[in-house]
Amino acid sequence: MTSSGTKQNLFNRVWDEHTVGTLPSWQTQLFIGQHLIHEVTSPQAFQMLRDRGLKVMFPERTMATVDHIIPTLNQARPFVDSLAEEMMSAIEKNCRDFGIILLNLSDKRQGIVHVVGPELGITQPGITLACGDSHTSTHGAFGCIAFGIGTSQVADVLASQTMALGRPKVRRVGVNGRLAPGVYAKDVTLHVIRKLGVQGGVGFAYEYAGEVFDRMSMEERMTVCNMSIEGGARCGYINPDQTTVDYLRGRSFVPQGAAFEKAAKWWLGLASGPEATFDDRVEFDGSAIEPTVTWGINPAQSVGVNERIPTASSFPRDEQAGIREALTFMDFQENQPIKGTKINVAFIGSCTNSRISDLREAAKVAKGHKVAPNVRALVVPGSQNIREQAEKEGLNEIFTAAGFEWRGAGCSMCLAMNPDKLVGREICASSSNRNFKGRQGSPTGRTLLMSPAMVAAAAISGAVADVREILS
Amino acid sequence: MQKIEQITGRGIPLVLDDIDTDRIIPARYLRCVTFEGLGEHAFEDDRQQMPGHPFDDPKFKGASVLVVGRNFGCGSSREHAPQALMRWGVKAIVGESFAEIFFGNCTANGIPAVCVAGDEAKKLGAALAAGSATEITVDLVNKTVRCGGNSIPCTMQEGARQSLVTGNWDFLGQLVEAAPQIRQTAARLPYMKNFA
Ligand code: SF4
Repeated sequence: MTSSGTKQNLFNRVWDEHTVGTLPSWQTQLFIGQHLIHEVTSPQAFQMLRDRGLKVMFPERTMATVDHIIPTLNQARPFVDSLAEEMMSAIEKNCRDFGIILLNLSDKRQGIVHVVGPELGITQPGITLACGDSHTSTHGAFGCIAFGIGTSQVADVLASQTMALGRPKVRRVGVNGRLAPGVYAKDVTLHVIRKLGVQGGVGFAYEYAGEVFDRMSMEERMTVCNMSIEGGARCGYINPDQTTVDYLRGRSFVPQGAAFEKAAKWWLGLASGPEATFDDRVEFDGSAIEPTVTWGINPAQSVGVNERIPTASSFPRDEQAGIREALTFMDFQENQPIKGTKINVAFIGSCTNSRISDLREAAKVAKGHKVAPNVRALVVPGSQNIREQAEKEGLNEIFTAAGFEWRGAGCSMCLAMNPDKLVGREICASSSNRNFKGRQGSPTGRTLLMSPAMVAAAAISGAVADVREILS
Repeated sequence: MQKIEQITGRGIPLVLDDIDTDRIIPARYLRCVTFEGLGEHAFEDDRQQMPGHPFDDPKFKGASVLVVGRNFGCGSSREHAPQALMRWGVKAIVGESFAEIFFGNCTANGIPAVCVAGDEAKKLGAALAAGSATEITVDLVNKTVRCGGNSIPCTMQEGARQSLVTGNWDFLGQLVEAAPQIRQTAARLPYMKNFA
């Protein structure tokens, strides 16, 4: 099954290094180097451990944070929402009982689990990482193998630091050429999903490679890997390089001094070489990617900002019913231009696009403008660290002067488990990752996914706009 | 654990593609510390927006074999989704394909999710909707789905199928048993010693 030597890609090499054995079901028992947990998918897992009298095998290899239910305005405890409060108390007790470090609200390191892992240097190349959250693929930006898992598997990892998994195939997603100005990492990932479909990645791990990713910052790489799951892939990763090493140097959870140099050498040595083999390859031209906006109810239903919403008949026959369902839910017409679509809400945040570089890009667009009347606009930094950094740079002032609300760190309106929600049929321009029906808190609410700069452009225009026209 | 070789029950059709787990169980019901009570909220928003949703149709009351389309269970990894379906009464799922995390969550809960050809899923769904078929058998040993005298081949990731038919779908117990090998693996990974 495994190829050897230089022909082996990073995924297979890391997989082999972490293989504990083969289970009776023939699945691999895979060692998980780092486990991340949060308040939503962990309480039942701890209960499973209690029911069986099990302990956490490597408590120092699990890190907990709180993000999904965190109110971004009034964070006083107890929370107004008693169910949210109950979940907070549960994770606090579970972490105490099982000896796990919790980045609680009072800890300045708190934030969205996929933002804080990398930010603190917990996420490192060559490790395996798991978290009870599908966007765990984000961490693959560092050249680690990162799996989103369900609650039963959270229990597995807590109790054994391993899980049962079938080995996926590996597809190399190459994007070469140069991105045009105003085209961001978010547009690259939306483009790939549009072209390969929401289930195109089923059965695969994605290796993103090529000039476009080589040039990206770590934060941009995280945006791309984050949405691998939206394309159906089990995980996504980018080979570690000097950008990765430079990002990690000095972060609190990475080794320091001579040990860091040793680590860096190991990390860089894991990258897929030019001879590496893959189960499949696809190739895209980066220079052809446009600022991209979703028009439908899954992340593959997108168009370039200057394109029109497609007709159902332009899709294969067996997809047409789904396209019509999306058009009806969104209340959009075939052939309608997406540009100019009126919005009610603008949301900049989520583990896809709430990092400092995202806020800087959005602030560049917002600076000196005003949020359109009747538009409610929110900026929700991904972590308390990001919030503080943004305030040092004065970004919060740019946003508030323009009429955006500046909030506390958390998932917020990405999935609306906290008080931040759409109301009724509102349409939201959102930098998050899912435009599923009801995703942003109103069962009939509508979401248009786009880059944070595009969200800022939509906020000040009151409608979907081409950010390039505002920047130029 | 119980061996799951064959499940027979009344079918319920929901043959749409790309049904995500937010639709199966909306996020507001994830504000909980147990999985209890999720069953009644399965597909809650869809049921409100689509009058005559199969989960509300008295004809399918008590059904236990859900027939779905392509890429069922995509999106969020929430195990609350198969938990909600299970607590509603679903014991097996037949569809064209499943999202991977959802599939793994089903297996971990002893719910076989088997794949059949797309047109077979559609035919099965149509027959259930029309009332010309009611009972479905999902046979993991012979890898078939049987309904009204018809037998169609089905597939399932072999590891998961094995774990169900041999009663080894409780991974937790098996994983913990390998503690010595787990520690050996940990010891050979340089980062576990912080590159000292
Ligand atoms: S920001 Fe959204 S996608 Fe990311 S972890 Fe939070 S809820 Fe999930």
